[in-house]
Amino acid sequence: MTDAAPSPQTRFRRSFLAPTATFAVLLALGGILDRTANGYTQLIFLFMFVNMILALSLNLVNGFTGQFSLGHAGFMAVGAYVSGYLSVLTMGVGARLMFLPQPFEFLNFPIFAVAGGLAAAAAGYLVGLPSLRLRGDYLAIVTLGFGEIIRVVLLNTKAVGGARGMPGVPAPGELVVGDYVFSPFFMNYLWAAFWLTTTFFVLWRLVRSTHGRGFQSVREDEIAAEAMGVNTTKMKVQAFVISSFFAGLAGAVFASATKYLNPSTFQFTKSVDAIIMVVLGGMGSLTGSVIAAIIVTMLPEFVLRPLQEYTGVDLRMVIYSLLLIIFMISRPQGIFGKAEVTDLFKRLTKARGKDGRTSA
Amino acid sequence: MSETILDVKDLNVKYGAIHALKGVSFTVAKGEVVSLIGANGAGKTTTLRAISGMLPYAGSVSFRGESLKGVPAHDLIGRGICHSPEGRGVFPNLTVMENIELGAYTRKDRDGIAADIEHCFRLFPRLEERVKQAAGTLSGGEQQMLAMSRALMGRPRLLMLDEPSLGLAPLIVAQIFEIVKKINSEGTTVLLVEQNARMALKISHRAYVVETGKITLSGTGQDLLNDHRVIESYLGA
Repeated sequence: MTDAAPSPQTRFRRSFLAPTATFAVLLALGGILDRTANGYTQLIFLFMFVNMILALSLNLVNGFTGQFSLGHAGFMAVGAYVSGYLSVLTMGVGARLMFLPQPFEFLNFPIFAVAGGLAAAAAGYLVGLPSLRLRGDYLAIVTLGFGEIIRVVLLNTKAVGGARGMPGVPAPGELVVGDYVFSPFFMNYLWAAFWLTTTFFVLWRLVRSTHGRGFQSVREDEIAAEAMGVNTTKMKVQAFVISSFFAGLAGAVFASATKYLNPSTFQFTKSVDAIIMVVLGGMGSLTGSVIAAIIVTMLPEFVLRPLQEYTGVDLRMVIYSLLLIIFMISRPQGIFGKAEVTDLFKRLTKARGKDGRTSA
Repeated sequence: MSETILDVKDLNVKYGAIHALKGVSFTVAKGEVVSLIGANGAGKTTTLRAISGMLPYAGSVSFRGESLKGVPAHDLIGRGICHSPEGRGVFPNLTVMENIELGAYTRKDRDGIAADIEHCFRLFPRLEERVKQAAGTLSGGEQQMLAMSRALMGRPRLLMLDEPSLGLAPLIVAQIFEIVKKINSEGTTVLLVEQNARMALKISHRAYVVETGKITLSGTGQDLLNDHRVIESYLGA
């Protein structure tokens, strides 16, 4: 417990090694996809990243803090539209404004994405405020309402295309290294992977920090949390703000991946998708959210669609829903419950250690 | 005796139309164990919650000379008051260690925290055996030990314990009260709310009897143990 304080180098290594390694592995996968996969597969992978970021962000509110948000699509929409609009303005066809010139153009997108995230965080703050007084079903209804308000506002805003939507969202700015120009897909992928890594590790460290434990104490017992000195109202609003920021990032990635935004994309059902991923993976399990997002994105496309083509009957959604129902009946706490994949590894290595001892 | 650290004057609390506390006044001096005893629904827990800033009230509460009115519950720990709520209120899905660490939520001194964790484990060796276990899987007695450890992690000057004996086996209750005594002997002032009057009075320097929102009797723990009214109403023949 009372280890000597780690040296700055080890601390640096500890905090950056895992994210860098993760990012590198993801990039390698991106390189392979860039060369071998078709546009459809590539898009599914980008959606998978969007879903992962979305599920992770929602897990902070629904899983760790124990509040119930049903309006996450709204925050995602804010991020998507802000980032998309800025991209169209500066990099779209016939854009008259310029933000960053080459060779820094590739940094346009991450900056816009952060802008989208911040705008979403501001929206999250607004939604977080009623959560001071409401809980459970009531909070869910309010967040649902907020999400719809955001969508309807977008639907009636001419500047972003209203109901016709916003076409021509450009890919992230070009990155040129020497003579090599990275493909638009790879640039999309690069930033998607970057934001996923950032989201995951920021949340990972956050919920394990002393401050972050406060989120979980709110979920567990508010009175006891207050007695421990946790400002529960502040923690709830913070959870909403941080979570919306990341949902906004997911939206930004989504915007540049699909190249087209429409308010109807961000309907209530999108929020439900996010909740499905969080619940499926396990409320309070970050790795669970990631894995659930992979399943929820990949299963209908890469398993159920080929099945449909083979049999000639479109039962994708029927099978998908059935699987979800069966799964939730047999394992209501989700794939991982509150545990993480790393806990499984720990348990495995421990078990092996014990075996070693008994055989010796 | 020594200086008064908690001074409650004319405390009134209403739950809608129900007047739950009708002018409760009492004091706690530094180094004391003071009990509020009384039947179910007398207003003991309400009193603690009002002091903790969890309920709006009329009247005055001051701690070490400063009014606590309007101080939100989460700021009390910074002032030296820790409230261990009724029903133990451990965080069931967090591990024992995480629970204990949350007790030190507002503290920054890592070394001090580590030392206090050690101290808790000396008081409650059972907890050390279960550091990685989810708190919800502990027995009732262990949960109470955890709740008390967690409260102690805030290094309170005044520890307010709400019904620590609730739902525990007599043997465990005796243990818990022994430890309350020990905590007190180490310098923490204790305000105890209890239905188990006999046990509470035995370890209390002073005690107050609360009946339907009023204090009807007060005295030293020993006096009340021998008081015929207390014996009839709370201790049984």
